[in-house]
Amino acid sequence: MSDEPPTAPTPQISRDDVAHLAGLARIQLDEAELDRLGRELPKILESVATVSQALEGAGDVQPMSHPTPLRNVFREDVVRPSLKPEDALAAAPASEGQRFLVPKILGEE
Amino acid sequence: MDNPSDLTDLSAAELATALATRETSSGAVTRAYLDRIDALDGGLHAFLHVDHDGAVDAADEIDRRRAAGDDLPKLAGVPIAVKDLLCTVGQPTTAGSRILEGWLPPYDATVVTRLRRAGMPILGKTNLDEFAMGSSTEHSAYGPTRNPWDPDRTPGGSGGGSAAAVAARLAPLAIGTDTGGSIRQPGALTGTVGVKPTYGGVSRYGVVAMASSLDQVGPVTRTVLDAALLHEVIGGHDPMDSTSIDAPVPDLVQAARRGDVQGLRVGVVKELGGEGFQSGVQERFEESVALLTGAGATVVEVSCPSFEHALAAYYLVMPSEVSSNLARFDAMRYGLRAFPDGVEDPSAEQVMAATRDAGFGDEVKRRIILGTYALSSGYYDAYYGSAQKVRALVARDFEAAFREADVLVSPTAPTTAFRLGEKLEDPMAMYLQDVATIPANLAGVPGLSLPAGLAEDGLPVGVQFLAPLQCDDRLYNAGAALERLLLEKWGSPLTAEVTA
Amino acid sequence: MTTTTELVPFEEAIARYEPVMGLEVHVELHTATKMFCGCPALFGGEPNTNVCPVCLGLPGALPVVNEKAVESAIRIGLALNCEIAEWCRFARKNYFYPDMPKNFQTSQYDEPIAFDGSMDVEVDGETYRIEIERAHMEEDTGKSSHMGGATGRIHGADYSLLDYNRAGIPLIEIVTRPIFVPAEKAPAVARAYVQQLRDLVLALDVSDARMDQGSLRADVNLSLRPHGTSMLGTRSETKNVNSFRSVERAVRYEVTRHAAILDAGRKVVQETRHFHEDTGTTSSGREKSDADDYRYFPEPDLAPVAPSREWVEELRKTLPEPPSERRRRLQAAWGFSDLEMRDTVGAGALDLVARTIDAGASPQSARKWWLSELARRANEQGVDLASLPISPEQVARIQALVDEGAINDKLARQVFDGVLAGEGDPDAVVASRGLAVVSDEGELSAAVDRAIEANPGVAEKIRAGKVAAAGALIGAVMKEMRGQADAGRVRELVIAKLS
Repeated sequence: MSDEPPTAPTPQISRDDVAHLAGLARIQLDEAELDRLGRELPKILESVATVSQALEGAGDVQPMSHPTPLRNVFREDVVRPSLKPEDALAAAPASEGQRFLVPKILGEE
Repeated sequence: MDNPSDLTDLSAAELATALATRETSSGAVTRAYLDRIDALDGGLHAFLHVDHDGAVDAADEIDRRRAAGDDLPKLAGVPIAVKDLLCTVGQPTTAGSRILEGWLPPYDATVVTRLRRAGMPILGKTNLDEFAMGSSTEHSAYGPTRNPWDPDRTPGGSGGGSAAAVAARLAPLAIGTDTGGSIRQPGALTGTVGVKPTYGGVSRYGVVAMASSLDQVGPVTRTVLDAALLHEVIGGHDPMDSTSIDAPVPDLVQAARRGDVQGLRVGVVKELGGEGFQSGVQERFEESVALLTGAGATVVEVSCPSFEHALAAYYLVMPSEVSSNLARFDAMRYGLRAFPDGVEDPSAEQVMAATRDAGFGDEVKRRIILGTYALSSGYYDAYYGSAQKVRALVARDFEAAFREADVLVSPTAPTTAFRLGEKLEDPMAMYLQDVATIPANLAGVPGLSLPAGLAEDGLPVGVQFLAPLQCDDRLYNAGAALERLLLEKWGSPLTAEVTA
Repeated sequence: MTTTTELVPFEEAIARYEPVMGLEVHVELHTATKMFCGCPALFGGEPNTNVCPVCLGLPGALPVVNEKAVESAIRIGLALNCEIAEWCRFARKNYFYPDMPKNFQTSQYDEPIAFDGSMDVEVDGETYRIEIERAHMEEDTGKSSHMGGATGRIHGADYSLLDYNRAGIPLIEIVTRPIFVPAEKAPAVARAYVQQLRDLVLALDVSDARMDQGSLRADVNLSLRPHGTSMLGTRSETKNVNSFRSVERAVRYEVTRHAAILDAGRKVVQETRHFHEDTGTTSSGREKSDADDYRYFPEPDLAPVAPSREWVEELRKTLPEPPSERRRRLQAAWGFSDLEMRDTVGAGALDLVARTIDAGASPQSARKWWLSELARRANEQGVDLASLPISPEQVARIQALVDEGAINDKLARQVFDGVLAGEGDPDAVVASRGLAVVSDEGELSAAVDRAIEANPGVAEKIRAGKVAAAGALIGAVMKEMRGQADAGRVRELVIAKLS
């Protein structure tokens, strides 16, 4: 979403990169998974990196985020029924005092 | 007409008539299907959950209302199976994933609400690739679905469960979802009709999201007319879905009853076929084109050069949206909560990461990591940004093609049903299954796949029609015409014979 | 990390360095419903009562934009002299945090609904133009409570409890461009900006704008650079500063902290910091890292927002008058001197005084109560005036009781005590504390007689014509009546009896 010109980086993605991405995606991949994805992802990326070729000579193309030309889809500011708290909490792995109970949170936002 | 096998042989349109004229009852029909599921699904595994009591209760209720003289919707009493990606109150919704095992949603998807309102008993929830990611249903965390035509083969995916259920007559109708071909490709591989409506034509509210800008819910049926009937039940504006089109749905049933291609301009897309397509698939496709020509259609060749890059664009846009949509599965509010091995007193962060490792399968993780990469800073413009531009080019190619043709036609899938395990270790080979279906998802245009006879290997082949945005009626008109021509040629409906 | 460094006094710091500030203010809208669903936009009540599939982030749920929130965003943008986007989108800001149900925040990224605006802020009679970079729409998060452990804070907690009533409440984030003002004015300008922004959103009637309740939250970004240089230094981001006074103190503290680090030849760490009301200091929060790769992309579940120019112009007509014009108008109407007006604005009391006057009090009495009596109490408690649990209507009522002669100024102070202590409205406090002025002539007369008898020397002086001495007798009567007498009437009685 910036104005930098699209360039096709050589799809090199190391095992460490995979580990970093897994951190961003909050998945605790084990060693075997890191190895496997470290092998697979470069291949997949090599084939999808061809998207930039498709744009050669295409001129100015607006990226398409939505397939239909809808605009200004709004809702009136009118209250609708909420869930009953017991239904909201029914699937919670743990709860206490009508709140979702989760393990201690380390990070801050 | 209460012979169970007669009942399960009827199309939904025929069932609706038999119910309306009280030749049979919804209770009898629903029980016949449930009995068949009980007898046959052990081998097929089309269903993840069967709701015997709920389906029978709903059927009996419709029968009571009909007896009381209520004015009922067209498909009232006709049972249906629903892909396990749609939220259903009273039935678990798992999306084929361990991470949602046993989850009971507190709300119904809009499509499910509409099915209930139409008086359609819901038989159960059908199997799918985990979070609808796959083309074989082998990525289901609960085991694969088998193809009714050959149990050693896959029914395609992700909606293999819905397609197999309809093909094996375990349900007269089913609901599927199509993000890159998940309704149409299984339709082709199982000899069923599958429709991906115009994006925004059917509400996505309550459909577990895979890729929001591509997902669309649609009918899985045995005939084109049945698909139109079901499409009319589920289609139309939903204020709960901001991407839902607020315009009347064209008269689809009327189009399916018309089935007239005289003077219709049919475009054969040069890029969708030929190299990489199984010869038997190509033969059946060409035969279909010849039949259309014979019936008075004008066949033209059109070129959509950007389609060559559609698969690449899809495998950037889709995983990007996947990586974000699936972030909510974090063990905090619902679903699986797994704890990391050997960590005393783990933190929320560690539990999230352990849960997402334990709860997601390989294909899901692969796409999340790929999408995370495509969106990450420094790569966004080259990958996601470029992919969205290619998407615009695909839409542009469609527009140009639809100036020359009223509908486009192509083979639905490059091959017939492949063997279980055949492509499981080769993600790129699996991805190629959707090469012909993906352009429609990128551009949002509607597509319909229908069975076009059998290939040299004795397995079904699908042919798809594509139409401009919001012109879904054209699919039903052309589809019904080709269906009739094929029926005349092949002699009988092309259904699989499944025995216990 | 670096808090052991000896701080540099503010005046010394600004002699060497120029502070550059950036202010990010989150305004919580008081719409009836949340940003993307029909749940009531209310929190603080029973936990998880205002939640639905959408704001709980349940699988399959989809957002739909609240039109009123868009309208409020546009009005805020217009009031800040911003351009209103012809076309903009929502985006997803992806990061994991348990109080965020979808693990992405639906926000706006590079396409805000309003941008390129400004606001003129007045400090000590000088006007400073604050440039507004953008105002964009987003949603609030849920609330986590950290349980167990020693402190109830995040560190050392055993587990956390989550309430999502606040999740999805509409927020407008208003971001300034870097603010360059004379170094010594920086803290006051920051405070005045936030105060004025609050007055603005109140006048727009789009938010309760209560800093103490978090419906208006300010983040203070600050960096220093040596005077005469142009490169910006590394900034710190002090989060969720929750009073006007704290905004000023946070700027002041960060200037002294940065200066100490720079003086020591070390590097400022780019991090978030927390402000502590009790000590007036900040402490280290979270360092910026690779994990801050938010992977923004356009929200596919929401259609773009393209407000028509007709709509924008219609909304422009609903704007309140600009703050500077309003100040001029009010000063003239109230007859305040420049100094009186400046003090009123500086104390963040302009709106409170205006509403008190609207409720019937005279301008001078309204100013007097807010700037003396109540300002003193707010200062003692270290809170903003607006956070005191008393309304302008109640202040006006107390003044009315004085004007009616039902109480006097001294009793009025006790009524303030009662109202602030939560004993109810002024009339209720007067009744329950028995504070009405005694107007029983017999009782008063008897008290005056007793005072004369007890102070024969004073009485003699008054008889001799030294009326000024009456004060001692009046004081004695007032003391006996515990202040509940009309001093003017007592004086009349004393003089009548001794002449």
